[in-house]
Amino acid sequence: MNAVTLTPPPVTAPAPVRGSFWSRYVFSTDHKVIALQYLFTGMAMGVLGGLMAYVFRMQLAYPGESVPGFGVVSPGKYNSLVTLHGTIMIFWMAMPILIAALGNYLIPLMIGCDDMVFPRLNRLSYQIFLLSAVVLLASLAVPGGGFGGAWTAYPPLSSRGIWNHTPLGAPLWLLAVALEIVAFLMGGINFITTLMNSRAPGMRMHDIPIVVWMIVVASVLFMGSVGPLVAGAVMMLMDQVAGTAFFDPARGGDPLLWQHLFWFFGHPEVYVVLLPALGVVAEIITVFARKKLFGYRTILYTTFTTAVLSFFVWAHHQFVAGIDPRMAHIFTITTLLISVPIAEMIFSFIATLYGGSITLELPMLWALGFLADFLLGGVTGIYLGSSGTDIYLHDTYFVLAHFHYTFVPIAVIAGFAAVYHWYPKMFGRHMNKTLGHLHFWGTVLPFNGIFIPLFLTGLAGDHRRIYSYALFKELARPELQQLRVFATICTVIMLLFQTPFFINFFYSMFRGAKAADNPWRATTLEWATATPPPHGNFPHEIAVYRGPYEYSVPGRPVDFWPQHEPA
Amino acid sequence: MSVHAATLDHESLACRRCASGIPAGRLALWWVVTSEIVIFGGLLASYLLFRLRHVSWGEEAAHTNTLAGATNTLVLLTSSLFAVLAHRCATQGDGRGASRFLRFTIALGGVFLIVKALEYTGEIHHGYTLLRGTFWSFYYVATGLHALHVVAGMIAMAVVSVGAGRGRQLQRVELVGIYWHFVDVVWIFLFPLFYIAK
Amino acid sequence: MIDLLLKNASRSGVEIDKLFDLITFLVGFWFLLAEAVLFGLVFRFHRSRSPRALYVSGEEKHQKRWIAVPHVLVLLCDVVIIAGTMLVWSHVKQQLPPADAVVRIGSQQWAWVFTLPGPDGVFDTPDDIARVNELHVRSGAVYHFELTAQDVIHCFSVPAFRLKQDAVPGRLIKGWFAALEPGRYDIQCAEMCGIGHGLMAASLYVEEKEQHARWLQENAAPPRELVAFRFPNP
Repeated sequence: MNAVTLTPPPVTAPAPVRGSFWSRYVFSTDHKVIALQYLFTGMAMGVLGGLMAYVFRMQLAYPGESVPGFGVVSPGKYNSLVTLHGTIMIFWMAMPILIAALGNYLIPLMIGCDDMVFPRLNRLSYQIFLLSAVVLLASLAVPGGGFGGAWTAYPPLSSRGIWNHTPLGAPLWLLAVALEIVAFLMGGINFITTLMNSRAPGMRMHDIPIVVWMIVVASVLFMGSVGPLVAGAVMMLMDQVAGTAFFDPARGGDPLLWQHLFWFFGHPEVYVVLLPALGVVAEIITVFARKKLFGYRTILYTTFTTAVLSFFVWAHHQFVAGIDPRMAHIFTITTLLISVPIAEMIFSFIATLYGGSITLELPMLWALGFLADFLLGGVTGIYLGSSGTDIYLHDTYFVLAHFHYTFVPIAVIAGFAAVYHWYPKMFGRHMNKTLGHLHFWGTVLPFNGIFIPLFLTGLAGDHRRIYSYALFKELARPELQQLRVFATICTVIMLLFQTPFFINFFYSMFRGAKAADNPWRATTLEWATATPPPHGNFPHEIAVYRGPYEYSVPGRPVDFWPQHEPA
Repeated sequence: MSVHAATLDHESLACRRCASGIPAGRLALWWVVTSEIVIFGGLLASYLLFRLRHVSWGEEAAHTNTLAGATNTLVLLTSSLFAVLAHRCATQGDGRGASRFLRFTIALGGVFLIVKALEYTGEIHHGYTLLRGTFWSFYYVATGLHALHVVAGMIAMAVVSVGAGRGRQLQRVELVGIYWHFVDVVWIFLFPLFYIAK
Repeated sequence: MIDLLLKNASRSGVEIDKLFDLITFLVGFWFLLAEAVLFGLVFRFHRSRSPRALYVSGEEKHQKRWIAVPHVLVLLCDVVIIAGTMLVWSHVKQQLPPADAVVRIGSQQWAWVFTLPGPDGVFDTPDDIARVNELHVRSGAVYHFELTAQDVIHCFSVPAFRLKQDAVPGRLIKGWFAALEPGRYDIQCAEMCGIGHGLMAASLYVEEKEQHARWLQENAAPPRELVAFRFPNP
């Protein structure tokens, strides 16, 4: 179902609204409507992925017992739940929210334009994305069940039904991922072309808001890295349905080839979702610290450096996969080097707070929560990039906790930061603050409660994707089980505390306090038009006179100087 | 809705602006080509990695039909020439000429597919099927994927040539030409890798 | 530090644990510093204490120093970690110390097959000892392992040994380990290998020299039902 149907007609829409309900909310080519379609779909899939986490966390805490609302988790179901959880959270939650929803909503508004260059391509991209989500969910319902070979889908397990026992689920899963990639390639081409060509007059390279840069660099990165995976997916699909043997060593193939093709995409993919999240944080901390971004150029160039370096780190996922051990040295070096630009970027964000005048509004809380939590995700990556310690930590819960400390801040915390920040612009109303605070603390505290124990169980030797530790004497110790139970309880709490958010989100859409055009007193162009912006965005053509972060400029009466205000 | 969408598509602010100096259509098409290059790049790099490790693939490659491959190379190169001629007509505003040359290009694309089909038939008759070995899997997947691109290009050119014949959207002739050249260049890589290197 | 959660029991594990501690020390310092600065700045420059913000671009040379100096320091830490990890990696994964014994490890959905050469020390003789999900080794001896998989990718992991290596079908992967103390240790499969992945547990028994020799003698003739699990020749 299409969640956008829940959107009421904008209350303060200044332009007369034309067309029927369907043409305005379902088949619209307006970038803002498409952005909201992506946002709603992404949130719905996120809830689904979260519920899957609830089921398998319950199984891990109370192995073999019937999970309330689901039933007994068999090993096959467990595998397919963790596989789908990973796939959904990355491809159907993080990417649509951070790249597609934010990119579609923000790029035309922030560069002072009326829409994307190719609005109908944009609509098609969402439709293909929706189709991919349907195919993915359908793959759970076919005979044999959903694919259970982990989101990395290593062959030969994933390439032959006789081994994965999901002869229909596996190809459908692969097809869904392929369709999703097609949707994002279309969207990416649109983003890049729009930024390159359709900036408002006067907007130079260094006047583009960081979040727009980040989304577009992420799109280029995605486009550059996904090709080999597409080629790999074609080969994999042939292996699955036509019986070829690209990845089957018994008949002349090579299973490691897939790992290279997958991680050549898989690692840049981390940065594909990280960069937009960092961009969101950059926008929010400047607004709520009333500060110019510390080192705009430094951040921009470190972004480019990160993007380029991210193409040369992929094999750190394969240190113990049977690759030539000499290769590990090279990839250790590149992997540890990539920590330098990212650290520099985080330092710049922290330095931005120096000398600010900080208010802890809800978006700012989420942005600071991102920085505080992402730091732990960042530093624990060093253990895994360094080949020596990775021998022990590879595929343990330490890895799992590490990447959840990156992906949850990226997709959930920064995603919520963006929603709270741009909600007034999207719907013309403010969200409720009390519910917002409840939601913030109810998300961030349990989040740490889930994954800090999992770092410990990982160090104690817990491997991932094992549905019950009963057979492993070293792991079946009661103190480790207590940690697992604690993590599960925190998962349930975190999921329950999403309820205030959804109540707040839909209630405020109708009943929230009306928002002004520029409620946060921000400088970027999306705040220079009506709230919510009409189809076509700006009443007249807008021009840009300065950079995006001119806050607290000395000698000016107000502490912000919008980009579009003539000097 | 469609009326509204159409007006946005062609007269929107987004389309009127051209900050990079390159028309949006051409710019986007280059990005399409970029994304395609990495797809074929990934496939061919995988093939090369296998090939370097398996000397015996040279013998398998001896059974591909070099003559058919060479004919198809010639056919595709000639079709690209027509695409260039169509572009020249389009720049001079001669829509009907552009349309005619595009139809020649489509016809040569058809010839390419016919030769390809005969070639596949011969190979399958001699037992060199998709499942004979990984070399043949690569051969059919790579040339098949390329053939799909040829079909897509022919459909795109058919659409463009109809418009061009009525003097509309002449800039599209160049775009479809860029795409066709790309398809041509992919073949230039496939031909030596699968037919010549024995 | 890992010792607190799971005691190390192998020679190579000592080095890995030391490297872990080194990294913890370095990144722990940066992590705590960054968190302290972050929260300190939010507290110090809250609107109630700092009503008007400064205008700092961060583009001037003296301002850039605040990023450039940590940048160089982070790079230095990276170099230290890289040097340490290269050393550990080459000891653990690249250079095989001379072997006292060899063990063949076969993996399949969802079991491990360990083959020891038996008392004569030569493989493919009748006294080879093949065991499912059970590996007996001698304490202190350096074992080379030859790892293969029959169907899909598995991963031979002994957490207490800090040992992990994927078993890839079609390849024979060599490595080594040397146990420090007698005892029983878990062997896990650490790569998703299908429905029974969670069931692929095995036990590693480390025995004193005499005890192990006795075990070899007693088990030299393979039980008949295990003959089917011949080590696959890739």
